[in-house]
Amino acid sequence: MTAPVAARRRPFLSRLADASEPWLYTAPALILIVAVMLVPLVLGISYAFRDIKLLNPFGGGFVGLRHFEALATDEAFRTALVNTLWWTGASVVFQFVFGLILALLLNQPFRGRAVAQALCFLPWAVPSFLTGLDWAWLFNPVIGPLPHWFVALGLMDTPQSILSDPDLAMWGPIIANVWWGIPFFAITLLAALQAIPKDLYEAAAIDGAGPIERFRSITLPFLAPTIAITILLRTVWISNFADLIVVMTNGGPADRTQIVASYIFTTAFRRLDFGYASAIALVLLVLLLAYSMLIVLLRQSLLKRG
Amino acid sequence: MRRNPVLTVLHRLAIGLYIAFALFPLYWLLKVSVTPNDLLYSEGVRMWPSRTSLEHYAFVIANSDFPRFFLNSVIVSGSTAVIVTLVAAIAGYALSRFAFRGKYWITALMLLTQMFPLVMLIAPMFKILSPLGLTNSLTGLIVVYTAFNVPFATFLMQSFFDGIPRDLEEAAMIDGATRFVAFRQIILPLTLPGIAATLGFVFTAAWSELLFALMLISGNAAATFPVGLLTFVSKFSVDFGQMMAAGILALIPAALFFLLIQRYLVQGLTAGAVKG
Repeated sequence: MTAPVAARRRPFLSRLADASEPWLYTAPALILIVAVMLVPLVLGISYAFRDIKLLNPFGGGFVGLRHFEALATDEAFRTALVNTLWWTGASVVFQFVFGLILALLLNQPFRGRAVAQALCFLPWAVPSFLTGLDWAWLFNPVIGPLPHWFVALGLMDTPQSILSDPDLAMWGPIIANVWWGIPFFAITLLAALQAIPKDLYEAAAIDGAGPIERFRSITLPFLAPTIAITILLRTVWISNFADLIVVMTNGGPADRTQIVASYIFTTAFRRLDFGYASAIALVLLVLLLAYSMLIVLLRQSLLKRG
Repeated sequence: MRRNPVLTVLHRLAIGLYIAFALFPLYWLLKVSVTPNDLLYSEGVRMWPSRTSLEHYAFVIANSDFPRFFLNSVIVSGSTAVIVTLVAAIAGYALSRFAFRGKYWITALMLLTQMFPLVMLIAPMFKILSPLGLTNSLTGLIVVYTAFNVPFATFLMQSFFDGIPRDLEEAAMIDGATRFVAFRQIILPLTLPGIAATLGFVFTAAWSELLFALMLISGNAAATFPVGLLTFVSKFSVDFGQMMAAGILALIPAALFFLLIQRYLVQGLTAGAVKG
């Protein structure tokens, strides 16, 4: 029992030591986050109002809202906004629906379930750049089987890549993203399913509830919070996820697959126009914040009514 | 519960279909990588070539820069995983065990970093790292990846610590051990599965990262695997066999780590935050 004695002898130093202990433990993490994420974030916001081009060493002056005026009339940016909605909406809906089905399937006990689960989740371990390349190759009429299958099914006249068809190109990255992202939803939902007490189902079965009734009145209400938070976070994450598009189509053909995130990357990486890229990024940030606020408000008003 | 045999068959069929869908793209990668060049076009859509060869692998390993890209990626991902896990373990422990003013703000800050688009940081990051000599350097990539992965890894470690009873280290501290000694000698060994899972998550995330590597690295000397592979694809876009052999090589470490940690996936992701 030395601690109380020490506290009486050196109350201030001891209290200081106690108070600083959690900060000592969290300091490395905090320093990294502030230095490598927050500082560049603030700097990036300032770039949005400055003329910063990598190839122009004399730039850097403030230009006020000039980038935003350019954005307002930028046709490519408007296309990218619409494409972002498409890309995010379709990816999230398909990933969620198939992820939920997969989770329900894997929640049934059967022989070899552990192996089946590992195989079902494997796409998630595939690096995103490889996922993009792999699907681009599958869609390639020279090397991949998909165009030939589409022809055999009567969906296409001649084998060609949907990635070079302006009307269909967006489905290429979306399909790749769905393949890659289903396991994520399945893992999260499976974990939530396994947390539902089993006796609830037994009691409902004794009361004569059928499988659909049990799903509606037990499974769905239990999953609802997980579904809500997962969809919210995945929507934000997928709308920022440019890897597959950069790898598979680079935004083409004719900007038909360009989303806002890939447009930011292209503007910074190929045009080296950091100022304009940061202005687009700032707009994206504001839109995402607005979306998150909207969801939070919606949830609160629903909770109040319920 | 009684089981309807028709439902059972449908259930197995659905699982089988999904496994086929999940594995087919990877199977195709493997198939093209072992198809000799003279058969590639004549047997393009066959399920398995009439003759296989490892010539593409031999070429990629002996005559290309891929071994260097592979090594660079191992260095970057391995260092990132180790540093992140160390930092996240002590931070996660603090969030799990201490009640202190500022805890709410630390959690909020870390959640915020999971919400904003990282692509926003590409331009300023280049401007900051360039005068420090950290562009075109593996160190620069390690610093960036470490910071990006710390918040998620901290939440993950916190959830693993939450699962260990407090009595254990309190007993040790009553016996005279300092908190840090109790943490290192009693709590950390119990968290080994959590540490393994965190290492795996971070390693895979760093192994896959593409956009920052493209921006910060130019030239082959410091290129990581994604950068090297994309450069190769845009330069030699006709050599499908070699590209896919390289793709399989890139898949191996990620798949190995996945097999190691997949047992903890369901547990880890429930508890941790939500991130790809």
